[in-house]
Amino acid sequence: MTRGRFGAWAAAGLGAVYFLLPLIATFEFSLRMRRGQYSFDAYAAVFASGGFQASFLYSTGLALATIVVAAALVVPTAYFVRLRLPHLAGVVEFITLLPLVIPAIVLVFGYIRLYGSSSFLPLTSTSLGADALLMFGYVGLGLPYMYRSVDTALQAIDARTLTEAAESQGAGSLRILFQVILPNIRSGVLSGAFLTFAIVIGEFTFASLLDRPAFGPYLQRIGASRAYEPAALAVIAFALTWACLGLIQLVGGAPQASTRR
Amino acid sequence: MTSAPAASRRIRLPDWAAWLGVAPFFVFAAMFLIAPTAWLLVGAFQDGDGAFTLANFVRLGQPSIRLSYALSLEISAASAALGALFGLALALAALRGGLPEWVRPTLMTFSGVASNFAGVPLAFAFMATLGRLGLVTVLLRTLGVDLYAHGFNVLTFWGLTITYLYFQIPLMVLVVTPAIDGLRREWKEAAETLGASAFQYWRMIALPVLWPSALGAALLLFANAFGAIATAYALTGSSFNIAPILLYAQIRGDVLHDPNLGYAVAVGMLAITGLTNLAYLALRSRTERLR
Repeated sequence: MTRGRFGAWAAAGLGAVYFLLPLIATFEFSLRMRRGQYSFDAYAAVFASGGFQASFLYSTGLALATIVVAAALVVPTAYFVRLRLPHLAGVVEFITLLPLVIPAIVLVFGYIRLYGSSSFLPLTSTSLGADALLMFGYVGLGLPYMYRSVDTALQAIDARTLTEAAESQGAGSLRILFQVILPNIRSGVLSGAFLTFAIVIGEFTFASLLDRPAFGPYLQRIGASRAYEPAALAVIAFALTWACLGLIQLVGGAPQASTRR
Repeated sequence: MTSAPAASRRIRLPDWAAWLGVAPFFVFAAMFLIAPTAWLLVGAFQDGDGAFTLANFVRLGQPSIRLSYALSLEISAASAALGALFGLALALAALRGGLPEWVRPTLMTFSGVASNFAGVPLAFAFMATLGRLGLVTVLLRTLGVDLYAHGFNVLTFWGLTITYLYFQIPLMVLVVTPAIDGLRREWKEAAETLGASAFQYWRMIALPVLWPSALGAALLLFANAFGAIATAYALTGSSFNIAPILLYAQIRGDVLHDPNLGYAVAVGMLAITGLTNLAYLALRSRTERLR
């Protein structure tokens, strides 16, 4: 048995080296901007740059809009499918898995063709339309996670009994959804929201091809033109991802993996 | 109302309120998931004048496109196979290797973060690690090992594969953990009681139970890598000719000089990720039947 335990320690040790070294290296690199000594100059340069502030603000706003729209689409759907339209469960599950099957670059290609300037609904010709298109794309990217979180939460609260209790008090469907169901599945909605935020905040493919001034394309431009700022930005992005996933555990959701990049 | 059975009531009167509640979801799916994909699908089977043709798919065989597909398939296969292998080993070590209690939750939390840490920042991290001035490159050079003199470069096939493993291994850990938890401890005890060695237990019991889940997870990793573009693009620019980067250039500037051929490139990618996911689902349903 000792041989097996040695193997387990070896695997864990190698894993720790592989996963920690890039983090240490990136942090160390981000401190090298000032010649001859470590400093936080790279971080200062990043935070002071207008490009960082503008693109980060834009992506944060877009992520929040994405979360609101995703929740507004998913919560009623998951609720009604579970309680009143169970025969739709298969179709809805298939749809929620589509974003994991269709590569983002393929989907955005379809958007550009279908909603391009010469199409019947030229969303890309106005800046607001393109923002909306990007947001709907992000709703799609987050859909598998939002749906799973909300559906799991619905399963846990016995939505049927709650609904019947509220109906017996004379509440209508809309009121039940907002005042009875939503507060009870808050942790599921929040889990989906934080994961959506983590996916959307630095997304590159959609934002770049739709020409939006988002954080992802900004990151890519900095990577192509600067030496030390990219490392600082990678450390910031890692901390952000960690914060989002940490918040999910804090609100009581299970950690999940996103499988599309 | 109480006397009518629920089923027949639903047939006579559709639940309009509920349908109204799910309608926005279906409109969204039709407009932003299904229609855009269907548009590309139709375009891929049309020539410049809109007539039906299969020629676009035949022309996927031209060298520039074929090579980019081949490179994508190789990178996805290498990162999926290695990611599955290392991820499985890591998960087995943490869950069944007799390591301290805290290892499992630490690995799970870290895997949740690392599997979501991808895209452009991941490319930056590996530039800072294995780039020409990266910490590991510099450290190894002071120890007398010059990676770059030996032909290594983070901007190459193996560089990209090592980078992809940073999200592939954690993804494998998360996907395969339920299967490892499904290995009952009684099986091991029963095997030991019957005189089986540790090797015999793994070869004849644990691995036969685990392999469909592990293979399914590897397929998921493959599809995950195949669609990825941001990391490769940020690491190598447009110089690294994988299929998603070719498609990116096509969307940007019609580098193939043929829009319909561009649709076929997209549909080809979709076919590969679609088939991989179908195989994954087939394996998963098989595993669920066995339980």
